[in-house]
Amino acid sequence: MSNDKIENDDIGEEKRLEIYRLQLECRYMEKRAYDLFLQNLVKGTSHLALGQEAIAAGFGAVMKKDDYTFCTYRGHNHTLVRGASMTGILGELMGRECGLLHGKGGSMHLTSVEHGALGSYAIIGAHIPIAAGAAWSAQYRGTDQVSVCFFGDGTTNIGAFHEGINMAAVWKLPVIFVCENNLYMEYTPIKDVIPVEHPAADRAAAYGLDKIIVDGNDADDVYRTAADAIAKARAGGGPSLIEAKTYRHGGHSRADPASYRPKGELEEWLKRDPMDLYRGRLADFGIAESIISQLEEDAMAVVDQATEEAKASPTPSLDAIETNLWADGGSSWRN
Amino acid sequence: MAELTYRDAVAEAIAQEMERDKNVVFLGEDIAEAGGVFKATVGLLDKFGPTRVRNTPISEQAILGAAMGAAMTGLRPIAEIMFSDFLAVCWDIVVNEIAKARYMTDGQFTMPLVIRTANGGGSRFGSQHSQSVENWAMAVPGLKVVAPSTPADVKGLLAAAIRDPDPVLFFEHKSLYATKGEVPDGELVDEIGTAKVLRKGDDVTIVALAAMVPQALAAAERLQQEDGVSATVVDVRSLVPLDTQTIFKEVQNTGRLVTVEENPRLCGWGAEISSIVAEELFYDLDGPIIRITPPHCPIPSADELEDHYLPNANRIVETIRREVD
Repeated sequence: MSNDKIENDDIGEEKRLEIYRLQLECRYMEKRAYDLFLQNLVKGTSHLALGQEAIAAGFGAVMKKDDYTFCTYRGHNHTLVRGASMTGILGELMGRECGLLHGKGGSMHLTSVEHGALGSYAIIGAHIPIAAGAAWSAQYRGTDQVSVCFFGDGTTNIGAFHEGINMAAVWKLPVIFVCENNLYMEYTPIKDVIPVEHPAADRAAAYGLDKIIVDGNDADDVYRTAADAIAKARAGGGPSLIEAKTYRHGGHSRADPASYRPKGELEEWLKRDPMDLYRGRLADFGIAESIISQLEEDAMAVVDQATEEAKASPTPSLDAIETNLWADGGSSWRN
Repeated sequence: MAELTYRDAVAEAIAQEMERDKNVVFLGEDIAEAGGVFKATVGLLDKFGPTRVRNTPISEQAILGAAMGAAMTGLRPIAEIMFSDFLAVCWDIVVNEIAKARYMTDGQFTMPLVIRTANGGGSRFGSQHSQSVENWAMAVPGLKVVAPSTPADVKGLLAAAIRDPDPVLFFEHKSLYATKGEVPDGELVDEIGTAKVLRKGDDVTIVALAAMVPQALAAAERLQQEDGVSATVVDVRSLVPLDTQTIFKEVQNTGRLVTVEENPRLCGWGAEISSIVAEELFYDLDGPIIRITPPHCPIPSADELEDHYLPNANRIVETIRREVD
C-alpha cells in the first residue's frame, strides 16, 4: 500500500471520490438499517455486508448503466451502487409502500430492473446460471452488456455454481462471477468445508479460467480487477471468476452474534476496514480533508433523508397481495 | 390438413415461432444435431443455426437458469428438460426463481419462457423416467401448466405458450409422440386455459389429460356400445389456467364427474377439480365424484406392472359400470 500514489494514477480523483461516495452510502445505509432493526422498524431478517463495501463499490464504479447485476440476500449494497433508490431499499426493509418491491420481496430480494439490478437471490447459487443467462441474452442480441454476479464463499460448494460457471465458460459468455470470500459460510469457517485454500480461485482452473484473487477491502484493487474482467467480457473474451478476500464485521444475519469467531479476529480485520483504508488513500493523494468530510456529510444526509421518507411511507395496500403474478397484472388461475 | 405425428408437431410449432420472432431461442440437452432423444426437434438446428438452437451440458439448473436470465432480458427462450423426472434437479429454478420473480418484484420482470418436457409412463423406463409430475407444477403459483393430447393441440398450444408473457410448463406425453393426427395447415395458435369437449354424452362426464384422453375416448366408445351409457369426454389441456366453466357445463349436463389422471393419487390434479366441483356444483351432482388414478406409488417398469399401474380404458369402463348407474 505504500506506493499508492504512483500505482493509483490510473484511477484519478473524480473516480476515486465516486468510489468513496459509494462506499460511504453503503456503510451508512446498512448501519442505519441495523439501527432501524433495533427500533423494530425493520422486520424479518437482514444480512448486512458491513466490511465488504469495497467490492460492491469497486464494481459499481466500473459498470455501465445497462449492465446487469445479480446478487444475493446480502445484496443491499450491490443494488444501491447501481443507482437504486435508497428510500426504496430502506422502505423495502421496513415493509413500506415506497419499497423497491412494494413490500412483496423484503430485504433478501432487492431488485431495481430500471437500474440493471436484476435481483437479489436468497437460494444459494441459484443466480449463477441466471446471470449466465442474462449474459447469453446480451451475447445473442449483440450488445456489449455484461452481467456481474456476486456471491459468498459458501456458494462455491453448491451444484448451481458448477453448472452455471461451466456453461458460461463453454459458451464464452460476458459474465463476471465475483466470490466475496468473507471466511465464513453462515456460521461455519469456509476452510472447514473446502479441500482447497481458495474456495473460488482454486476452482477456476476446472473451467479453464484464470485464478484471480483480489483484496476485497481495497476498492482500488477491486476497481482495477473489475475493469479488466469487464473489458475482457465486453470484447468477447468470456467469463472471469474473481475471488475477493474480505471480512464480514457482523454475524451472518440479524439473529447471529458471530460468537464462533476466534477472539481478536474481528479486531484484526477492523484495522483493515475498507472505509478507513480508502479515506487514508484519498488523503495520501492530496485530496483535501474538507472535500472528504463533505462527502461524508452528504452521504449521511442522503441516508437521513431516505430514512425519513421510508418512515413516512404507508404500509402497502392489501389489494396488492393478489396482483402481478402474471403479466396481465393479476393472479387468476381459473375462469 | 396434414397428418402429423405428435413429435413432428413439436418441431413445427417451434419452427413456426422461431421464424416469426428472432427473440425465440431454444436450448436443451441433445436438442440440436441429435434432434432430441425423442426426435421431437429434428431439423431445427439446420433451419435456425447453432446460436438459436443450442445444445447444453447435462446441467438442468444451468438450462433453466439460462432460460430465465434470457427471458428477463428480452428473449423468449424455450428450454427442454429431457424427462420431466429431471425437473426435480432444477425445481429450485422453476419454483423459487422463475415462478416468483415477477410477483416478488411486483411486476418488474416479465418471464416469457417455455419449459418443454417429456412426461408420463407407458415406455417401461422405470420410475425415474416415467412419472407424471403435472400435479407438482399445478401446485406452484406463477406457472402456467399445459399438457396436450393430440398433434394439433401440441402445435397450437406450444405456439401459444411461446407467445405467452408468463412461464409455461409444457408437458409432452412420451407415449403419445408416435401418435398421428390431423393438423390444420398454416399458422396455428391455440388458446391456453381452454378445455375441449371431445365427445358429448348425457350420463357421465369424464375429464382427462394427455395420454389419459385417448383412454377416456376409448372407454366412452365401449360404454356406448356395450352398456348404452353415453359419456362426455373433456380434455382439460391446461391445468393452469383451468377452464372450470367448460367442465362445469358438462358436469351440469350429466350430473356425474369422473376424473382420469396419470399422476400419483395424492394431490393429483383431479383432486383440485373434484374439490372445486364439490364446492360450487354440489347440487348439480347425482352421485359422488370419482377419481381414477394410479395407486400412490412410484411407477414400476415391467410391462405387466406398468400396464396395471396406469389407468386405461378398461379400468375407466369397469369403474363407471360399477359406480355410475
